[in-house]
Amino acid sequence: MAKNITNKTLIDLHSCMVRIRRFEEEAGKLMEDGKIPGALHLYVGQEAVAAGVMAHLSNKDQITSTHRGHGHVIAKGGQFAPMFAELYGKSTGYCKGKGGSMHISNMALGILGANGIVGGGPPIAMGAAFSNKFRKTKQVAVTFFGDGASNEGSFHEAANMAALYQLPCVFVCENNGFGEYTRQTNHQAVTDVADRAAGYGMPGVVVDGMDVMAVYEAAEAAIKRARAGDGPTLLECKTYRYYDHVGVRGMGLTYRTDEEVDAWKQRDAIHSFEALLLKQGVLTAKKIENVYARANDEIKEGVAFAESSPFPTTEDLLEDVYFVGAAS
Amino acid sequence: MSEALKDGPRMLPYVSAITEGVRQVLQEQDNAFVAGEDVGQAGSVFGYYQGLLDEFGDRRIVDTPISEKGIIGLGVGAAATGCRPIIDIMFMDFLGECMDEVANQMAKMRFMFGGGATLPVTVLTMAGAGMNLAAQHSQSWEAFLAHLPGVKVLMPSNAYDAKGMIIAASRDDNPVFVVMNKMSLAMQAEVPEEMYEVPIGKAAIVREGAAFSIFAMGRMVHEALAAAKTLEGLGVDCEVVDVRSIQPFDSETAVASIKKTHRALVVHEAVRFGGFGGEIVAQLQEEAFDYLDAPIARVGAPFSPVPYSPALEKLYIPNAERIVAEVKKVLGI
Ligand SMILES: Cc1ncc(C[n+]2csc(CCOP(=O)(O)OP(=O)(O)O)c2C)c(N)n1
Ligand SMILES: [Mg+2]
Repeated sequence: MAKNITNKTLIDLHSCMVRIRRFEEEAGKLMEDGKIPGALHLYVGQEAVAAGVMAHLSNKDQITSTHRGHGHVIAKGGQFAPMFAELYGKSTGYCKGKGGSMHISNMALGILGANGIVGGGPPIAMGAAFSNKFRKTKQVAVTFFGDGASNEGSFHEAANMAALYQLPCVFVCENNGFGEYTRQTNHQAVTDVADRAAGYGMPGVVVDGMDVMAVYEAAEAAIKRARAGDGPTLLECKTYRYYDHVGVRGMGLTYRTDEEVDAWKQRDAIHSFEALLLKQGVLTAKKIENVYARANDEIKEGVAFAESSPFPTTEDLLEDVYFVGAAS
Repeated sequence: MSEALKDGPRMLPYVSAITEGVRQVLQEQDNAFVAGEDVGQAGSVFGYYQGLLDEFGDRRIVDTPISEKGIIGLGVGAAATGCRPIIDIMFMDFLGECMDEVANQMAKMRFMFGGGATLPVTVLTMAGAGMNLAAQHSQSWEAFLAHLPGVKVLMPSNAYDAKGMIIAASRDDNPVFVVMNKMSLAMQAEVPEEMYEVPIGKAAIVREGAAFSIFAMGRMVHEALAAAKTLEGLGVDCEVVDVRSIQPFDSETAVASIKKTHRALVVHEAVRFGGFGGEIVAQLQEEAFDYLDAPIARVGAPFSPVPYSPALEKLYIPNAERIVAEVKKVLGI
């Protein structure tokens, strides 16, 4: 493990991953119980990526997320109560119930939206990075996207422009091996999405996305580089989603084996990190238990808040389509 | 067909009618193939290509990357050079990714080439709200497409039409969009086993009436029928016309209906402003002004993106109640 990492950072990384996992497990249950409508794309299995990258960002830095966005939102500072409220479609949600799971956003936290459009994020992050450079701030924009999204033209155009203009942008590809039900080998001829970076004139880095420290360190380098004005990086994190593409069990298609899922679970980011932290004496079993207990309390409160919140009303329907008021 | 059903009508859900239509087209046309995201092994996220990969193999059921511009381009290029592609765009909203390929290439190529290219390409795509899928997975963009000279646009409201339109579209030598509805997938209708076409450019009168015409598109046909039933109780005898073919539009059937009823309403799920209903109203006042006894009413979605919250989506999507209310307004009852 890298030397100069404080125990606090290690503990934060751990609790971030636990909070994401518990939120997602609960959201999945609520969906199966029919309490949350629509489509939930859950992040279970990929927690190390959001936690490891976001550890280097402040609220001022921006991210764009994906349809599988809850983990990014939580790692970027999202609170459970307005998140659950959004999933319930309540007016107290992060988007007043208008966006739902696929569009969770919060400008104050620098979250430029989850996205229902695969590949929707990279051009927006590139634009935010352009703005950061234009306004001469030290902000960095990070875009998360999947292996599947790396086949959209939008990714390629954004990557080229970010490199051309040397923008403070980091492209984080979460390669979980599938775009929906299609295995990576059936949707692209490259094994490493990071190889594509060379075509645009930026470094491409491959990292084990099940190892939160590896993600943390690689992201640190990429974000430092961006912040220093040295341009974008493409960081590919090899990871895996434990649940189905949508929901928990999904459509019941057979596109992967239980053995494959189990093999990835053997390398679970949270469990292996816990083993490490226990061994190093950073955490005790009791303290780990407390992390879960706190997350569970947060869930309880968040769900209660969501359930007791009002639904939006007719008036809300036509609001927020345009900005109305004095121009700034 | 099962023994028990042998003598009854052959009922099929919309989703299976799509499968059957595509299967028969693939059997009929050697150079037809299906290409799109998760169409093969997964059989489409809506399930309508189930079994086709096993039956036809991966030469003819082609899983593509998530690259809509590439997918439509594949259809255009292949159609121009001797294939008859059936292109799948999972959600109609994703046409945003490939609007250039649709609007600037597919729609114009034949014209720009002075008639030199023929593009027998069919695009199947899924529209409509109602599943809490929010602003980017629920839209009805048929008016976008109908505005493009060079493409045809069909909207099957039922299983019979879904199959017949897919067959008609695939046999047509032009780009044809079949805009299907995700809320209708389980809806059953009588569907003959043999191949048949639903003629492109022909509306269907799905309920005859003498006092009021309701022109409906896609899933709204069923809301219009429910409204007509309610209105019948109020003594208003409604005719319901399933527009079906958006481009070309069957103004003849529409005008004939107006000549009979003298009053009308148009309804679609798309945003009312700039929706296809406005075109229908314009054509009717041009061609049947003297037969109109009242302004033609329009029902459509409000001018906002499709909201996620079930509470808002319910308010958003046009329904029978709103049709009834508008008809009553026109009639002053
Ligand atoms: C433009 C567009 N095309 C297709 C889809 C349908 N879709 C939703 S998620 C998904 C798979 C995305 O794969 P990937 O980028 O690898 O992300 P993952 O789901 O694996 O996290 C697809 C095809 C979409 N939402 N937007
Ligand atoms: Mg993926």
